[in-house]
Formats: sequence, structure tokens, C-alpha cells
Amino acid sequence: MTKAGIKIENVHLSFGQTVVLKGVNLDIKPGEFFAFLGPSGSGKSTLLRAIAGFGPNPKGRILIGGRDMVGLDPWVRNVGMVFQSYALWPHLRVRDNVAFGLKERRVPPKQIKSKVDAALELVDLADLADRMPNQLSGGQQQRIALARTIVVEPEVLLLDEPLSNLDASLRVQMRRELLRLQRQLGLTTIFVTHDQEEANTTSDRMAVLDGGVIQQVGTPQELYDQPSNLFVANFLGTANILEGHVETNGNQARFVTKTGDNLSLPQGGTGTNIVLRPQNISIQQQSSANAMRGKILHREFLGSQIRYLIDAGGAELVVDQTHGGGEWFGTGSEVYLSANTSNAVVI
Amino acid sequence: MSTTQSDLSSRGLADRLLNSLVPSLSGLHIVAFLIALLLLGLLVTPVAQVIFVAFQDTATGAATLQNFADFFATSLFRESFWNSFYVSAMSVVVATIIALPLAYITTRFHFSGSILIQSLGFIPLIMPPFVGAVAMQLIFGRNGTINLLLRDYFGFTIPFMDGLNGVILVESIHYFPFILINLSASLRNIDRSMEEAAQNLGSYGLRLFRRIVFPLAMPGYIAGAALVFIKVFDDLGTPLLLNVNNMLAPQAFLRISSIGISDPMGYVISCILVVFSVLSLWASFLVMRGKEYATVQKGGGGTAKRELKLSEKVLAYGVVIFILLVVLSPHIGLLLLSFGTIWSFAPLPDAYTFQNYITMWEGSKTFILNTVLYAGIAASLDVIIGTAIAYIVIRTGIFGRKWLDYLATAALAVPGVVLGIGYLRTFHSVDVPFTGEPLASWWVIIALALMIRRLPYALRACTAALQQVSLALEEAAESLGATKRRTIQKIVLPLMTGGILAGFVTSFATAAVELSATIMLVSSNSDAPLAYGIYLFMQTPSGRGAGAALGIVAVIVVAIGTVASQFIIERDKKLKASNDVH
Repeated sequence: MTKAGIKIENVHLSFGQTVVLKGVNLDIKPGEFFAFLGPSGSGKSTLLRAIAGFGPNPKGRILIGGRDMVGLDPWVRNVGMVFQSYALWPHLRVRDNVAFGLKERRVPPKQIKSKVDAALELVDLADLADRMPNQLSGGQQQRIALARTIVVEPEVLLLDEPLSNLDASLRVQMRRELLRLQRQLGLTTIFVTHDQEEANTTSDRMAVLDGGVIQQVGTPQELYDQPSNLFVANFLGTANILEGHVETNGNQARFVTKTGDNLSLPQGGTGTNIVLRPQNISIQQQSSANAMRGKILHREFLGSQIRYLIDAGGAELVVDQTHGGGEWFGTGSEVYLSANTSNAVVI
Repeated sequence: MSTTQSDLSSRGLADRLLNSLVPSLSGLHIVAFLIALLLLGLLVTPVAQVIFVAFQDTATGAATLQNFADFFATSLFRESFWNSFYVSAMSVVVATIIALPLAYITTRFHFSGSILIQSLGFIPLIMPPFVGAVAMQLIFGRNGTINLLLRDYFGFTIPFMDGLNGVILVESIHYFPFILINLSASLRNIDRSMEEAAQNLGSYGLRLFRRIVFPLAMPGYIAGAALVFIKVFDDLGTPLLLNVNNMLAPQAFLRISSIGISDPMGYVISCILVVFSVLSLWASFLVMRGKEYATVQKGGGGTAKRELKLSEKVLAYGVVIFILLVVLSPHIGLLLLSFGTIWSFAPLPDAYTFQNYITMWEGSKTFILNTVLYAGIAASLDVIIGTAIAYIVIRTGIFGRKWLDYLATAALAVPGVVLGIGYLRTFHSVDVPFTGEPLASWWVIIALALMIRRLPYALRACTAALQQVSLALEEAAESLGATKRRTIQKIVLPLMTGGILAGFVTSFATAAVELSATIMLVSSNSDAPLAYGIYLFMQTPSGRGAGAALGIVAVIVVAIGTVASQFIIERDKKLKASNDVH
């Protein structure tokens, strides 16, 4: 299979008066597993559908393997798409569902048979070839939808919330399966999801979208560790965000919160918000340098961790402590909080 | 110990026995019982009688298959059977050719006038098919408008209306809306992603339609097609009026009306009609149940409509306008005929006049008054019984309540001719109290036949209306101290009014133009309703103008009824919607 890159240049799109995409630029490398992550209404699905050729024509350019796709009919694009609802045709057997695209491409019947068998083998469902779609479980339908798409050897693979209709345990299994298949086929893949865990665990890189605008592009770690704005910081994992300002004294930078606490900033930075992840704050009974005072409001036992909700001078902080790593603090206890700011980001 | 126990259990048993033998008889139980009795007498008995006679030796009264053997041994009956089958099947084909483009164009594309087309598509249904038949004869017949023009300009003619062709054309133009309605609904319900997935894999255009869209709409199509098939198979008026007698329904009518009610052939034919009715209703039920693809799935949208290119638009409008012209031709023809002086061997009437309407009014006051009386009685009884059945089925646990529903609905499967013959046979020996004339020729029996024929529709309307009344509203009234009866009176019925009224209007309007059952039961012209009047007028060339005028009156009655019932339903919806805002 040929590996094609996808280049999206200044794409604008609107449904009537409603502007959905506002100048999207992206460069997806050949063979990359790329995720569009964002809340509903962020435009991620619209962007994906625009790549496949569905919905109104966007302004700008969408290049696949160097060829501009804007304005082309969906059926000439050779872009494989797996739909959120799977869209298996209920009147066709599994085998005929998978063979559909090959028949449309006028592939000789013998080759169709062998290709369909190979595709079903690939998703491990060769024995269900003669079933009707409504006789399959959700996970099986998902895999058939995948087989139906990859059997035509598309240049790129688009997955529209492929795991959203599966139950939780199946979701974990399927996303590994998807990743395995993607690696095996080396197919440039875009995965649309609103679930950060899915995006984190599967994608090489991802784009976070909100309000029709790409907020940030990068690897999952980059986005988690170095969010470029508050939306990304909040959307990826839990973030404690404290307002304040940076004060620099020679090489020594510190962040002074609105409540007057001082947090040292070894990395420096500029901005009026500091992002502290729950695991980067620890709870102590004794005061120490730069410690904040707090009062435990609420406690949740999460298994490997205990999550505390703490009132720190008006700001509510979420703090995770490893279970078994220390004592439990009761609701209402007065405590001291010390933040590990070695990797803290100021936005 | 053991005695006490057996005492206890036997007392429990006795109680239970007593309870089931004499249940806490409420008013509703009595109502249910009376309705059951009524359906038994007016629906089950006549139909059973017809079937019974078909299997009975005329001389000895013993059970026999001889009547069926005689039937298939007669070449006229074999031909009639084949003709009925052929005409029904071809009508489905022609109706499909008419309905398919209309359904597809209006559901899949942004097409201004979609709503207009969809509503124009209903118009044929508001006129009994036999009424349009004469007008069609004048337009498409051997010496009709089209063929006269064709002969003058091109030197050839097309036998649109000759023999069975005429029946096929009239029936398909009349009944295609059944396919249009069902097919459009199915097409609208196909999830957008079903089509998009196919496009994504390289399919488009006609191939996409043939391989994905149409198969997915198949259940709706089959349901519509089965309905068309059976309606045509059962129709009596159209072949009679076109003078095509070698079909099953006309044969049944002619046997009974000319030879008499003791001739077994009419009953054999009735049996065949019933069997085909039941089979095709059952088939469409199976198809709808087993293959109803609930394709609107989570995460998908409804149908995506596409913009048409200019050339496509021109083509689409051309097709639609052509079809609508054909479909509305009976109405246009009827209108011309009703205002025309003489219309014979000419593309259009010679001159125009109001005389037909005056003649019609003088000659058919009785018909119109009778119609209002019969249809009024039928529709009133329909909604009363319909409401009662709906309430009993939905809101009570009365034993066998479902069977009331099934029984009332089963009337759908009984062709009008069969019901008419059944009534003749069952009630001819029963005398009306006091007057002493036979029940079968008493005018009330016509109203009762119409009542049974329209009950399924009224029942659907009432059921739908009751389903919209939340149970909580009733419970609220009961918890505030209202008895069951007061609750029904003060809460349920007022809330159902809209639906009941809509049911009444539909029943009234369609009963007003019913011919197949009434034609069997009308014993004298003074008892005849409007549909029968049109039939009488249309028998003579000189009466056609007045017949057409009466036909126009019928169309207007049904049209007003349809519009009124739509209006009532819409208004009711709005009212409920404004109440529903939480």
C-alpha cells in the first residue's frame, strides 16, 4: 500500500451561517497515526468528513499524496472511512459488505474472493463471512466495517469515533487492535475522538480542536506536559490552574499566586496562569518552605490513588496521593501543600 | 394440619374460580362484551358464512370441495382468476413506475415543490377509482383526447384503455400513493452513513441506488406494493364501470346479482378474494417485521439531501410534471366532463355549461342525503367503538382485550364484495322487527357494513390519540378522587377529541364514496348512496355529465374531509405541544 501524507491548508467551512472550521492548517506525515481530539461541536468530525468529501465543500486545500481533493466527489478520492455507526448495510451478508468496494472497482471475482478472505482474516472474523450484520456483536461489526474499508487499499484511513459505540472493556481491546492493524498496514490514519485516553494511547501525534480552530498539535506527552493554552491544559487530564504572575529576580523566577503563595519556577516562563497536575502536589502535615495552607474538602478512593479536593485559600485544588504511600487525611483536616514545580508550565 | 391446609387451598381455589367466573364486572367489561358481540355478528358471522357456503354442497349441505373444482373447471372463471392476478400485478408495476421517481426526487434532493408534489400525490386517493374511470376513458380511450390527437398527427393510436389495460391504468393511477407514501417514508429513514459508506467505497449514481438505497427501502416498498395489489384484486367498481367483467370481483357480483344468493360460485370467488387479502397483508406484515431496518443509528443523521445540477433539475421537473399530469388526468377529465355539453369523438367537450350540476342536483338529492345519513352513522359508530376498543386495549387488563383489536383490524382483510355477499346471505332470512322486511335489504345494513369497513381506520386514529394521553394525567385525576368513569369523561375523552374527530372525518369521507360493499346491499334506488348514484349515472352516455358532476361533489367531500382531518390533527399536535413544555 502506498503511504500518502495529508496536508490541510487554510481550510474554512461553514454550514449556512454557522462557521464550523476557521482556518485549519495541518501536516500529517505518511504512515502516521494521527488523532483529532476535541469536545463535541469542535469541528473535528466536520474536518474528517471534509477530507472524505462529505458535507459542504470547504475553502482552502486538502492535499492527499500531493493531490488537492477539494471539490472532488467522495467516490473518486480513494479515502477509506469507518463510520461511527459502522454503517454496515443490513441487507448484505458480511462477505458482500466487504466485497462491495472491490465490486465497485470492477476487480475480477476471483481476486475479490481472495481479497475479502484476506481482509476478514486480518480482522480475525473469517468464520463470520456468511452472517448478516445484525447477527454480529458491536465489536464484530466494528471489525467488519474496518475490513470493508481497508480491503480496497485506500491511501488514507479515516476513523470517526470508531470506539464510541463499544462498551468500556471492548474499547481498550479494540484500540490495541486498531493500532496493531495500522502498524501492520502502515496506513496513514486519522482517528477522531473526544476521549483523551483513546487519543493518548493510540496516536503518534494529535491535534486538539476547539471552536473550529486547532489549539495545539504534538505528541500526547508534549500536549500533556507543555499545553500551549488553558483549553489544552484542561482538556488533557486534570489540571489545577492558579492565577497570578511571574516575578524574576536574577536567574531565580517564581510564580506568585493571587493568594500570595510563592512557587519557585526553575524553568522560568511567562504568563498569568500556572498549571499544576494533581500528582505534582503533595500533602504534608508540617509546613515547609513555599508550602501552601489548605483544608481537605472531600476525599475519593480511586484504588491506586486517593484523590483529595482541597481548599487552598479560595482556590480548589485536586491532589492525588499514591495509595499506600502515606497516611490518609480526613475531611476537614488542615494540611500543607507542596508543589513540585520542576516541570510546571506557565501559560 | 393437613385438613387445614387443604381447606385453605380449596377455599383459595373456590375464590379464584368465583373471581374468574364472575369477575368484578365493571362497565368496561360490559362494553367490551357488547363490542365483541357486535363484531361477531357483523364481521365474523357473515365472513364465516361465506366461507362455509363455499365448502358446502348446494343440494345436500355436506362439506365438499366440489364448488372449487367446478370453479377451476369453468374456463371463464379460470380466465377471471388469471386476469385479476395479471391486472393486480401489472398495476403494482405501473404504480411503481409512477411512484418511484416522485419518491426518490422528493426525498433525496433539494427540490422546491417537494411538499406540493407529495400532497398532490395523495389526490388520487380522494376519489373512488371507478369515478375517474369514465373520465380516463374520455382522455385515454380509443376515441379519447390523446388517441384522437395521436391519430391526427402521427397516424397511430395506443390502446391505453382497451380491456384489461384500462383497468390497470385506472387502478395504478388511483392506488400508486400507497407506494409513494410507504416508499418515501422508507427512503427518509435510511441513515445518511449507509449511503456515505457506499460513496466512500466508490459507488455513486444509479448503481448506488440499485445496490444500497433501494434494497434498504425495500420493506416500505413491499408494504405499499402489497396494499396496491390487494386493493386492485378486490376492486369491483372499476372493472364494472369499464365493462370488464372477466375478473374475479365482477364475476362474484354478477353471479350473486343475476343468479341469486344460492349460487355457490360467488362464495368460491369470495373465498379466493379473502385468501389473497389475508396472504398479501400477512406478507407485508412479515416483511415489515423481519426486515424493518432501523437504519437511523446512533451517530448518524437522517437523509442527506443533495443539490441538483441545472440539467438534472430540468430533467427532474420534466419527469415530475409529466407524472403529475398523468396522475391528475382523471380529475381534469372529470371536471371537463362535468362542465361539458357533449364530449364525444373530440379532444375536448364541444361547449361548457352548468346544466350538468343542475340535473345532478335534481336527480341525486336522495343519494346525497342518504350518503350523509349512512356515512354519518358509520363514522359515529366507528369512533365510539374505536375509542372504546382503544381504551380497553391500552388501559385495562380485561381478558382477551387484544382480540378486540385484532378482530376490528381484521376487517381490513375482508374485501367489500365479500362483506356484501356475507351480509346478503346471513341477513336475508332475518326480518327487521315491526316492518317485517328482510334485514338484508334494510338501509341500516348499508350503514353497518360501512361502519365495519371503516372501523380499522377509526380504531388506528383513536389508538394514536389515546397513546398521546399520558397515563399520569389519568392517575392524577384518580388520586384526586375521580372515579374511573369520571376520569374517562373529564380527562381522557376531552384530550382525545382531536384524534377522534380526525378519525370521524376520515371514516366519513371514505365511507361516503365506498361502492364495493354497498353495491351488493342497495335494494332500491331510493336507498342508494352517492357512490351508487354515480355508478347509475355513468351507465348511460346521457347521464355521464351529471354523473361527473356528482363525482366532483364526491371528490370535494372527500377532499374537505381529508384537509379537515389533517387540520384537526395539526391543531391538536400544536395544542399538546404547548402543553408539553416543561
